[in-house]
Amino acid sequence: MEHHAEVLRGGVWHQRIPSWRDLIVTVLVLAIMILIGVGTRQMVAPLMVAQQPAISLSPKVLPLYALRTTMRMLVALAASLIFTFTYATPAAKSRRAEMVLLPLLDVLQSVPILGYLSFTVVFFVSLFPHSVLGMELAAIFAIFTSQAWNMAFSFYQALRTIPRDLDEASRSFRHSGWQRFWRLEVPFAMPGLIWNMMMSMSGGWFFVVASEAISVGNVQFTLPGIGSYVARAIQGRDLAAVGWAIVAMTLTIIVYDQLLFRPMVAWAEKFRFEQTAAQVVPRSWVLELFRRAKLPRLVGEPIMTGIQIAVRARLALPSVGRRLRRWSPSRGIVDVAWFGFILAAIGYGVRALVQYAGTELSWGDVAVAANNGALTLLRVAILIVLATAIWVPIGVGVGLRPKLAEKVQPVVQFLAAFPANLFFPVAVFLIVRFDLAPKIWLTPLMILGTQWYILFNVIAGASAFPTDFREAASSFRIRGWRWWRDVMLPGIFPYYVTGAITASGGAWNASIVSEAVSWGPTKLSASGLGAYIAQMTEAGDYPRIALGIVIMSVLVIAMNRLLWRPLYDFAERRTRLD
Amino acid sequence: MGKMDSQPNNAVINLHNVFMAFAKPSGELLPVLADIDVSLRKGEILGLLGRSGAGKSTLLRIAGGLIKPTSGDVTYQGAPLSGPAEGIAVVFQTFALFPWLTVLENVEVGLDALGLTRDETRRRALSAIDLIGLDGFQSAYPRELSGGMRQRVGFARANVTDPTVLLMDEPFSALDVLTAETLRTEFIDLWIEHKLPTKSVFLVTHNIEEAVFMCDRIMVLSSNPGRIAAEIPVSLPHPRNRLDATFHEMVEEVYSMLTSRSIASIGAHGQVHGGLMQPLPRVSVNQISGLIETLLAPPYAGHAGLANIAGSLILEVDDLFPIAEALHILEFAELKEGTLKLTAAGRMFAQSSTEERKRLFNEHLLRFVPLAAHICHVLNEREGHIAPRVRFEAELEDHLSRRDAEKTLRTVTDWGRYAELYGYDDKSRRFTTIRAPE
Repeated sequence: MEHHAEVLRGGVWHQRIPSWRDLIVTVLVLAIMILIGVGTRQMVAPLMVAQQPAISLSPKVLPLYALRTTMRMLVALAASLIFTFTYATPAAKSRRAEMVLLPLLDVLQSVPILGYLSFTVVFFVSLFPHSVLGMELAAIFAIFTSQAWNMAFSFYQALRTIPRDLDEASRSFRHSGWQRFWRLEVPFAMPGLIWNMMMSMSGGWFFVVASEAISVGNVQFTLPGIGSYVARAIQGRDLAAVGWAIVAMTLTIIVYDQLLFRPMVAWAEKFRFEQTAAQVVPRSWVLELFRRAKLPRLVGEPIMTGIQIAVRARLALPSVGRRLRRWSPSRGIVDVAWFGFILAAIGYGVRALVQYAGTELSWGDVAVAANNGALTLLRVAILIVLATAIWVPIGVGVGLRPKLAEKVQPVVQFLAAFPANLFFPVAVFLIVRFDLAPKIWLTPLMILGTQWYILFNVIAGASAFPTDFREAASSFRIRGWRWWRDVMLPGIFPYYVTGAITASGGAWNASIVSEAVSWGPTKLSASGLGAYIAQMTEAGDYPRIALGIVIMSVLVIAMNRLLWRPLYDFAERRTRLD
Repeated sequence: MGKMDSQPNNAVINLHNVFMAFAKPSGELLPVLADIDVSLRKGEILGLLGRSGAGKSTLLRIAGGLIKPTSGDVTYQGAPLSGPAEGIAVVFQTFALFPWLTVLENVEVGLDALGLTRDETRRRALSAIDLIGLDGFQSAYPRELSGGMRQRVGFARANVTDPTVLLMDEPFSALDVLTAETLRTEFIDLWIEHKLPTKSVFLVTHNIEEAVFMCDRIMVLSSNPGRIAAEIPVSLPHPRNRLDATFHEMVEEVYSMLTSRSIASIGAHGQVHGGLMQPLPRVSVNQISGLIETLLAPPYAGHAGLANIAGSLILEVDDLFPIAEALHILEFAELKEGTLKLTAAGRMFAQSSTEERKRLFNEHLLRFVPLAAHICHVLNEREGHIAPRVRFEAELEDHLSRRDAEKTLRTVTDWGRYAELYGYDDKSRRFTTIRAPE
């Protein structure tokens, strides 16, 4: 509101004396710029292949390591954003592109990222053999693959649901493709995009930690960062160092959230499409600071003007398929040709794969991998059931108490963002110490990081549960099991399904790092598909890594299609009131 | 309407022989507009009046180049129109403001395509805002504004480009009665004082009084598919007074014109397929009872003009006509020349108890709504007395648009449930018989 008032005063600044706000803003901006500079310089430092950078276990190096880890995240996020704009736009605007791009996105989303890390590391390192850049790019690529898909999906969905009147308004103003993109499409997609960016970032920490220290075959690839710090601590059986890493990560996530995401969410508030005022307006002290301080406006004004001019330029992008379509014979022929082309490409790919697999793999290998897959599937299923049994009642309990929920929700969201793999060494230490059975006790690690999605979605669902329903239920004295069955569970069901989908997908991915772990020289394996992929990666056995990945992807896709998608549709249908 | 060809030079936008059809999922074409000949002349406000679903908005979008007709010619200032053109501005029913832009920015968006300098853009936007009475609201976001203020932004945004033609798609129908009236009056004031750059206005509406109040000429659009059913010149001088006797006569005339169209359409549907494909209005039993009771009560005593009822109940044509039609279809009342007269059954209905009402409704539903009888018939013939909804859906969609078919089916489900003629299970999407109450 504040800034409105100031604009209304005629947009004149009454005083140009820098205030304390300007001081803070300046310090903030300078600090961030210096940090980015330091991080970048190290990223392109030359790499001695023979002598990898030594990872120190001193807590003093942790801030620098945290910075480098964060830099990777930021670069990957920027890359994901560019990917989102360039991939989702044709998918939403061209029917033929959509036929290919959308299923592809669906599959990419289901492929376990940690599985193919070994491929990408080798590929990128070979691109820049004399610099750390290759390794850096590999890590960034890993994070990118954990972030990009859902962002692209959300953008695609937004483009497909642009309200008809806004679309027509934009067309009647004869906006060019470029103007339309920045005036209508990006702003409309913004709230969903930012929410998905936050989810992506949460997931990203997990992968950045996992991707900093990788050994493929006999070669060990290490990048200075929190992940490699922890890996080194595991090698040295240094529990204290693990503790320091956890502290550093916690602080990093908090700073990141305060400096980047809070301001973004608060800023994105204006893009909300609903015309009514929000009940809870997200706030951010950083954004307030920047809005109130005078210096940023002084510097920002020309930049904003520049952006405005760029956005309003008529740059004509090819307007793919935006014209009104009418069926014509020629369109039919092109469709058939396009279909033929896709089929041929798929056929060729399948043939090449089968041929390759035929020379390297036997049916026995497939059976071994499939058996492992069944074991992991069983684990995921049991974990989801357990997590549901534990977190649904707790989530409902919290969600129905608004005061409590307000306090608990940020903590849970933080827990979801925290890379659970940092805690693995602690768990492994305990397992080794008390000599527990790894097949059972390693299992919970799979869901350590992603169970929180169930909890916070259930809390959100219970908080949003209409008060009049609750009052109706209590006035009819519906209690006990009937209350759960008839009132609460149907009410939170769609939220629960959303959370469970994320939790189960995350568990599959985590299996690769949690089913096979080590503590110094001690190695524990719980068997299962994750352990299989991890072992094959260590052995540098590419065909079997690929086999493992394919089987895992198939299982994830099958689970999504056969279980989660139908549940989701059911939830959507049942809870609508019209 | 061939006479318009005699003054082609005067036409700003000309629609000739326009036909529009949408493809059904089956690939079949469903006509929505047919034989449309309209020309918008220089210096006039042309109204297009019709029921919802008649294709009014589609027609407006065709005239604005937003939709391409299936066939026919559209010309703008003598040249074929192939897309949104400079000089045509649209005002939307839903305002269509960008929620992430301030009022000023929203107005400036209208100028994006012209490639003006920043200063020129700002200057023109401010003067448009000034003209439309939005001074002081430049930096507000649309969500902070009331509906009336939002539509003012819509007007300012349309006017900022100095358009030759203003296309208005039910611009006042999302506003409350008082606000709508204020905006209408202000618009007409600007129009007669020639303060607007616009040469011609094309106004789509379902509000008869609004059309009579604002327009120089009214075209009445019939439904299924939409055709120009009548053209009514309105020669009353501006500013017009709603309390004027001539104004009232004019309104009544339009009402009776619409009534005769609506009865004709009911009659036409009654002829084919034994009336099975008669589209039913989406009207609830409560609305039916409500209107019957209102008609019987004083001052109407069983007989009233639609214009009067619409006025006293503050109903728009789109709300009132469907209910009146339902009464007509069920023969609880007779709709004729803009008046509604209760039948003997209608009077009885109004004075009955709940149970008797149900019985009466049941009787009339079976007799006058062939679709309801058909559903009963199918249920009785079937083993287990169960019939899936899709069966009737498919039958209806052969003859009606998807929307009409869905509407009709929902209505017949409601009415049948009330009459206890049959039941419907939404989970399995099936019709079932229910035992007649003992």
